[in-house]
Amino acid sequence: MTAFLRVAALVVRKDLTVEVRSLEVVSTTLFFAVTVVLIFAFGFVREGAPMDGVAAAILWITVAFSGTLALGRTFERERQADTLRALMLAPADRPALYAGKLAGMLLLMALVEAVLVPLVGLLFQAPIFVAPFRLAALLGAGTLGFAAIGTLFAAMLVRARSRDVLLPVLLYPMTVPVMIAGVRGTAALFQPEPDLGMAQFWIALLVFFDVVFVTLALWTFEPLMTD
Amino acid sequence: MSDFTQLAVVQVGRHYGRRRALHDLSFTARGGDIVGLLGPNGAGKSTLLAILGTLLAPSTGRVEYGSHTSGDQGAALRAQIGMLGHDLFLYPELTARENLIFFGRLYGLAEAPAAADAALARAGLAGRGDDLVSSFSRGMRQRVALERALLHRPRLLLLDEPFTGLDQASSARLVERLREEQARGVITILATHDLDVVDGVLTDVVFLQGGRRVAVPPGTGGLRERYLAAMQDGPRV
Repeated sequence: MTAFLRVAALVVRKDLTVEVRSLEVVSTTLFFAVTVVLIFAFGFVREGAPMDGVAAAILWITVAFSGTLALGRTFERERQADTLRALMLAPADRPALYAGKLAGMLLLMALVEAVLVPLVGLLFQAPIFVAPFRLAALLGAGTLGFAAIGTLFAAMLVRARSRDVLLPVLLYPMTVPVMIAGVRGTAALFQPEPDLGMAQFWIALLVFFDVVFVTLALWTFEPLMTD
Repeated sequence: MSDFTQLAVVQVGRHYGRRRALHDLSFTARGGDIVGLLGPNGAGKSTLLAILGTLLAPSTGRVEYGSHTSGDQGAALRAQIGMLGHDLFLYPELTARENLIFFGRLYGLAEAPAAADAALARAGLAGRGDDLVSSFSRGMRQRVALERALLHRPRLLLLDEPFTGLDQASSARLVERLREEQARGVITILATHDLDVVDGVLTDVVFLQGGRRVAVPPGTGGLRERYLAAMQDGPRV
């Protein structure tokens, strides 16, 4: 277990160092996410008043789209000098390499969401401070489910010629349950009378998806990457 | 522990869907051998290197590393393999030292920073260790990449087109480095098109065409002449 965590931490540290130097993935993902929210704001906010119930859906659509962009860019970097192969050649547990890449993605998405959530709250008058811990739990659990599957697929497709097309085609159908749970749970918090019980139910369901997705990804990463 | 002094490729085949990249390939190599994989583009050289490096599983046949196969050793076996791909397996956004320390730690080296410094000295880049790899010339990158592959003192060294883009001096330096590893008993398998550079360096040659091994025609002459003869009319083995 110690070796697993050591390898995962090494990969995260390396990814963060590379990202701090280049700011490539953070800047493009943040710029894209803010642009998407602004475009939705132009469509769904009239005379300062947003349409009812759109904030949660817009938040999760933006998380999904910007997450896909971040996944693509992160693994494109590993493809350019074939460094993913170098990682796979190392005598480290291959699932630990996956865990490291997943943790790096989660940190990146957390940073994007830290900007995204206040922006959605501001533009769509969403009550983001009514139940901040439950909102954070929904975002955390939903992002983990999305990134768990996304990291597996992005790594698997890194040498495929049509990876940019295939990633969303594979990823979105698989993560529909996560997106539905995220939107419904967030909508329960954003309604005029927040339904905390309902939000709790969706959080529990997201945690269940996370356990299934992360377990499946850790189990299948090595065989998928070898063949 | 997966230490080994002999490598045996036994009737290895690999197909991608309906396309066969390798057919029933067999050969052996012992410690100190430098085996050249020679053949035109698409002959199956890189596929074979990926199989030897445990990055691909053979569709048929097996690879024996001493008394073990890739399936029964996993990480312990990978600790004995060093590989330098056509792409150099280095992060351009990191410095040379950071790259070497990262991979040293990934390979579980206890003193990764010291190993990185020694590797930089061997590459002749001790004074450039804190420069980003993206600022290096092709030859300098190649030297760092080779030392990265050798950082953990592997038993098997796999090189894919290691002379590409190198000038004469850099090629000579690489040959000298290969001879050092040969003296240490390392098995080196290298795929290359630079026949003149490796002539006299290789201890054995596997000619490949269309994924099949081609017999070396009898007779004398340099490696280039034997290669041309094999590609024109050598029988399949």
